[in-house]
Amino acid sequence: MKQTVKVPWKAYILNAVCAVLIFVALSGMISAEVIDKYIQGIIMLVFINIILAVSLNLTTGFLGQIALGHAGFMSIGAYSSAILTKFIKDLPEGSFLQSLPPQLIFGVALLFGGLLAAVFGLLVGIPALRLKGDYLAIITLGFGEIIRVVMENLEITGGAQGLRSIPGYSTKYFGMCYWITILSVVFMYMLVRSRHGRAIMAIREDDIASEAVGIPNTYYKVAAFSIAAFFAGVAGGIYAHYLRILGAKTFNFTRSIEIIVIVVLGGMGSITGSIVAAIVLTVLPEALRSFSDYRMLAYSVALIIVMIFKPSGLFGRYEFSLANIIAKIFGKKTGSKKEAVEGGVK
Amino acid sequence: MDQVIMFLKQVINGVQVGSIYALVALGYTMVYGIVKLLNFAHGDFIMVGAYISLFAMTGAGMPIWLAAIIAVAGCALLGVLTEKIAYKPLRNSPKLSVLITAIAVSLLLENLFLLLFSSSPKPYPNAINFPSIDVGPIQVSGVTLMTILLSAVSMIALQLFVKKTRMGRAMRAVSEDAQAATLMGVSVNKTISLTFAIGSGLSAIAAVMYCSAYPMVEPYMGSMLGLKAFIAAVLGGIGIIPGAMLGGFVIGLIESLTKAYISSQLADAMVFGILIVVLLVKPAGIFGKNVGEKV
Repeated sequence: MKQTVKVPWKAYILNAVCAVLIFVALSGMISAEVIDKYIQGIIMLVFINIILAVSLNLTTGFLGQIALGHAGFMSIGAYSSAILTKFIKDLPEGSFLQSLPPQLIFGVALLFGGLLAAVFGLLVGIPALRLKGDYLAIITLGFGEIIRVVMENLEITGGAQGLRSIPGYSTKYFGMCYWITILSVVFMYMLVRSRHGRAIMAIREDDIASEAVGIPNTYYKVAAFSIAAFFAGVAGGIYAHYLRILGAKTFNFTRSIEIIVIVVLGGMGSITGSIVAAIVLTVLPEALRSFSDYRMLAYSVALIIVMIFKPSGLFGRYEFSLANIIAKIFGKKTGSKKEAVEGGVK
Repeated sequence: MDQVIMFLKQVINGVQVGSIYALVALGYTMVYGIVKLLNFAHGDFIMVGAYISLFAMTGAGMPIWLAAIIAVAGCALLGVLTEKIAYKPLRNSPKLSVLITAIAVSLLLENLFLLLFSSSPKPYPNAINFPSIDVGPIQVSGVTLMTILLSAVSMIALQLFVKKTRMGRAMRAVSEDAQAATLMGVSVNKTISLTFAIGSGLSAIAAVMYCSAYPMVEPYMGSMLGLKAFIAAVLGGIGIIPGAMLGGFVIGLIESLTKAYISSQLADAMVFGILIVVLLVKPAGIFGKNVGEKV
């Protein structure tokens, strides 16, 4: 058999170049102090929300299962990575682990947080994903709440006082967070376009039919769930090292809902839609300070309206494509389909 | 002996909370039974009912029974309107969108009341002047007695309504098969509206009872209460009225015993843990029957 899928190399290269350009522009502006600490913080939140939204989109958009406990996985990643970096920071002066470059420590901590979240995702997913629809939503919500309550009452997480003086690696290694975000998006894109991604989408379309053609439903459900949990954990790790303090109410149910709002408004099944929605919904409340009081009210009204008039989300499954936009501007037809990696929105 | 008295007190506490859960769970179960919709906003109807009765009592100086009736009417109206505006357009949509809408309605109510009345809890007047009763060494307060009595009466009335009346039969018919019910001349829309009205009205009664026991009213009071009531409904078998009652009492007992003997912080986690166990062992609930999936 011949390979019939044409790989749009041009679009890939274009997106890669764009990603590098945005990185150069951002780091240039930071070192020239055009962007102050406040704006840098907002951009960091944008990164975190992008990772969260894209990962939740895998379960909600591509797998078609609503999960209300994403903040729980985020909290596992946040606490575990923060505990790890804090442990290394508090080691006696001159020990081996302290002499390692902090970027490496940060990276390993994020990976550790992500993996632990994935393990919990696996533990939650195996029993929970036997159910679907409403029951799955409630059970993930339940697990999210259990994780939160347990986290708040453990000694290692600082109890109700929270975890304090976490090293502020996220702000320090801004570029690293940027590339982690890009990497997560690219991974998710590659996953959903792969054989496995097609299996996941088949389950969304009709789980009985997909089972009938021999797709191991439970395997793919649990896999997608744990991968989403992994990225939520990584995002949580970045968040912990950005905030530097993890409080009791940081990862409550509202946090999970915020991520769902981003995914739904961005379009269930659209990675670029999630990215755009994450940027808009993070920047908008910051830009309009007076609006932030009405934020959740506006979100809920928007959700109801979108669900009634366009149930697949604002952008549906449409993927933005930088190459296509350029082709449109210059009136050429390339026909390539590839997401625009945060194309010039920032 | 002290141990036994302490235990019995906790049991009475549990029955009291449990009967409130049972009232709310009834609403969940009826709505779920008829439209297969997990009405996330149901918990927030409790909050709305609490605010309405609070203002009826403190603002207009009404006695508690009148305030309760007004709260029931207000909540029933809210329930019907919610169904008409938010859920009805989605009746044939995928489950995911309906669920997201229900979450959105819940958020909308919470945040609307947060903006209107601020997040600071308002005190609820102690209006139930019912004499307490001594049963041996244990004193049962009037509020507790009233709560248990009122919820028992509501449940029996509801059960009779569903089993014995014409409207009740229509309700059961629609929940069995909405299309066939239409063919038999049942107005599906009216029946669904009625179900929402009754379910929401019950949540208003639960609100008055809950606030008499824990005299605080705040915008987020309903969400946890609603979730626990939902767990009660699932535990008993969703869509089944006696199941909701049993589930409510079991959840209430477990919660109050956990609070007393293990840890008050872990009580919520324990209730969710029960949900997980139930869903894994017998997803249809205690009274539920396993129904095969139609292809």
